[in-house]
Amino acid sequence: MPRSRMQRLLGIGGTLIVLAILSFLLLPVLVVTMAAFNDKALLSFPPQSLSLRWFINAVAYQDFRTGFQNGLVVAPWSASIALVVGAAFALAIDRYRFRFKRLLEGALISPLFVPHFTVGLGFLMLAVQVTLVNTYVVVIVCHVVLVLPFVLRSVYVSLRNFDRRLELAAASLGAPPQRVLITVTLPLLLPGLVSGWLFAAILSFNEFTASLFVTGQRTQTLPVAMYNYVREYADPSMAALSVMYIVGIAILLTIANAFLGLGKVLNVEHDR
Amino acid sequence: MIADLEPQAENTTAENGETITVCFEHVSKRFNAVVALSDVSLAIRRGEFMTLLGPSGCGKTTLLNLVAGFFSPDDGRILIGRQLVNDLPTYKREIGMMFQNYALFPHMTVMSNIAYGLKTRHLPTREIARRVADVLALVKLVGLEDRKPRQLSGGQQQRVALARALVINPKVLLLDEPFSALDKHLRASMQMELRDIQRKLGVTTIFVTHDQSEALSLSDRIAVMSEGCIRQVGRPDDIYTNPCERFVASFVGDANVLRGRLVSMNRTQATVALGAVQILVQSEPLLGIAISAPVDVFIRPEQLRFTEANEPCASKGTIVSQVYQGGHVDLYVECKDSPRSRLLVRLSEPRASICWAIGAQVGIALNTNEAIAFPIV
Repeated sequence: MPRSRMQRLLGIGGTLIVLAILSFLLLPVLVVTMAAFNDKALLSFPPQSLSLRWFINAVAYQDFRTGFQNGLVVAPWSASIALVVGAAFALAIDRYRFRFKRLLEGALISPLFVPHFTVGLGFLMLAVQVTLVNTYVVVIVCHVVLVLPFVLRSVYVSLRNFDRRLELAAASLGAPPQRVLITVTLPLLLPGLVSGWLFAAILSFNEFTASLFVTGQRTQTLPVAMYNYVREYADPSMAALSVMYIVGIAILLTIANAFLGLGKVLNVEHDR
Repeated sequence: MIADLEPQAENTTAENGETITVCFEHVSKRFNAVVALSDVSLAIRRGEFMTLLGPSGCGKTTLLNLVAGFFSPDDGRILIGRQLVNDLPTYKREIGMMFQNYALFPHMTVMSNIAYGLKTRHLPTREIARRVADVLALVKLVGLEDRKPRQLSGGQQQRVALARALVINPKVLLLDEPFSALDKHLRASMQMELRDIQRKLGVTTIFVTHDQSEALSLSDRIAVMSEGCIRQVGRPDDIYTNPCERFVASFVGDANVLRGRLVSMNRTQATVALGAVQILVQSEPLLGIAISAPVDVFIRPEQLRFTEANEPCASKGTIVSQVYQGGHVDLYVECKDSPRSRLLVRLSEPRASICWAIGAQVGIALNTNEAIAFPIV
C-alpha cells in the first residue's frame, strides 16, 4: 500500500532527523572530551596519542583550585538566599491579590531579559560605592539576582500544583497552621524547593559574564579562572577540566533525579 | 419561606438547645459583588442527616464551608452546639469533613492519613492504634493500612476519607458531594454504607449534593436551596409531595406541568379544572389569583395514567417516545394544550410498553384528586 510505504519513509526520515539533532547537541561535548585525552600540549582534534596528564595539570593548577572553592562558597549561598526570597515571593504571588502584582512579577523575572554583563557592571559600580569590591558579598548578591527568576518559577509551579484542600483537610482534623505547614505543605512542596535550589546552585556555579565583572583576584569563580587560563595557554587542561565539570554535574543531577523522580510520583495525586 | 423557618429555628435553640447541633441564624455571605447566601436560617438536630440540595451556585457549598470555618459570614450567627463559631478557626471546631476529591494526604499511608487527626490531639499511641483499628473495621479497609492513597481505588479512597473524618468523633460530619466521582453501582452501595455508618454512630451530618435522587434516598431532612436562599426544609416525602414553590416542585423529582383554570378557592383549598376533570390543590400558593385565571398544576409522572374509553380526561395527546426502564416504562406524550409540550407518564404495569405504542392517541387522567398548583410565570 502506498500509504504505509509513505509512513515508513516518514518514520525513517524522522529517526534520522532526531539522530542528527542529538549528535549536534552532543558533538561539542564529544570533541572536547577527546581533546582532553590528547598527549600534545595543543588543543587539537583528533588527538594523536592519549594521556591523562592534562587532568592532573588541571587539578593541580592553583587558580582552578581557588575558583572551585570559591564556587563552593558562592553557589550554595546564592542558591539558598534566592530560595528563601523566591519562595516568599512565589507564595505571595500565588496566594494573595494586591496592587502592582503584575509589575512585581515582571521585576522578579527581569534578570532573564537584562544582559548578564549589565547586571554585572551595575553591581561592580555599586560595589565600588560601598567598598565591597573583591568580596564574596557582591558576587553572592549578584548571583542571587540572576538565579532568582528560576527559583521563583520552580517554587511557583509546585505551589500551583499543590491542592490547597489538603491544607483545609488538615485544619479540619484539628491541625493549627504551623502544624499544617510542617506536616502537609512543606513535605509536598519539598521536591519543588530542592529542584529550585539545585538549579540555582548549578546556574550560579556556571555563571560567567556577570561574574567576570564582580569577582576579583581573591573571589574569582571557576568559569572566570578558566577564561583567564585560555587567554594565556592553549593546552588541553581546559578540555580536561570541562570533562570533569560535565561528569561532576551529571552525577549531581542523577542523584537529584532519583530524589525528584520520587517527588513526581508524590505529585501524581494532584493531577486528577 | 424564610419567615416560616425563623420561629422554628429560634424556638428550638431557646427551649431545647441540647437537641440542636448546628444553627444558622440570618446568615449572609458575599464574595465581592456576588451574593452567595442571603439571610439563611436553619437548625440541624443532633444525629440528623441533613442534605443541602440545589443546583450549582445556589450557595450550598458556601453554607457547608461556613460550618467548616474556611471563611466567616458577613452577617448573622453560626452556632455549633451552644458555641458561637463565627470567628473560631477551623482547627478548633471539632468537625470531620469529607471533600469532593477526598483530599487524602498523598505522602502518607492510609494508616497515617486516618491517624492524622488523633496525632494532632496528642492522644497516647495505644489509643490511636485502637481507634484507627476500630474505624478501619467500620469502613471495611482492614489490611490496607500501609498503602498510599494513589494505590487505592476510588471507592477505597472514599472509605479512607470517611474513616479519617469519623475517627476524631466530630461534632458534625460535613460531606461535600462525596459520591460525584464514583460510578453508578459503586455510588449506590457507598450511599447505603454511608447511611448505615451514620445511623450506627448517630453523628450529625450535613451533606451537600445537587443530585435530587441522592438527597431523597439518604436524608432525614432536606433543605432545598437556590440563589443563596433556602426554599424549603422538610422530610424527603414532604418535599416530594408538598413542594412549597415552583422551584422546589420542578427541581426535586420529575414533574409534569399542566395548564389548568382556577374554579373556586377557600382559605385552605382550591379547585382547579384540568380539561374535563377537576382537582383539589392547596390554596396557599394561589392566594391573590383571580377565579377562572390560568394556573400551572404540577403532577408527578407516576400520578398520571391513560384513560379508558369514554372516561373524562385532563388532557389529550400522542405518545411520541417510550423508554423501557425495567421496573417501569416512561412514556412521553405530546399535548397540544400543555405549556410544556411533552408530558411524562410513568407506568409500572409489565405490559405497558406493548399496550401503549408510539403514535397512539391517548387521553390522560390522574391517579389522584390532589395536586400542587402555582401561578403561571
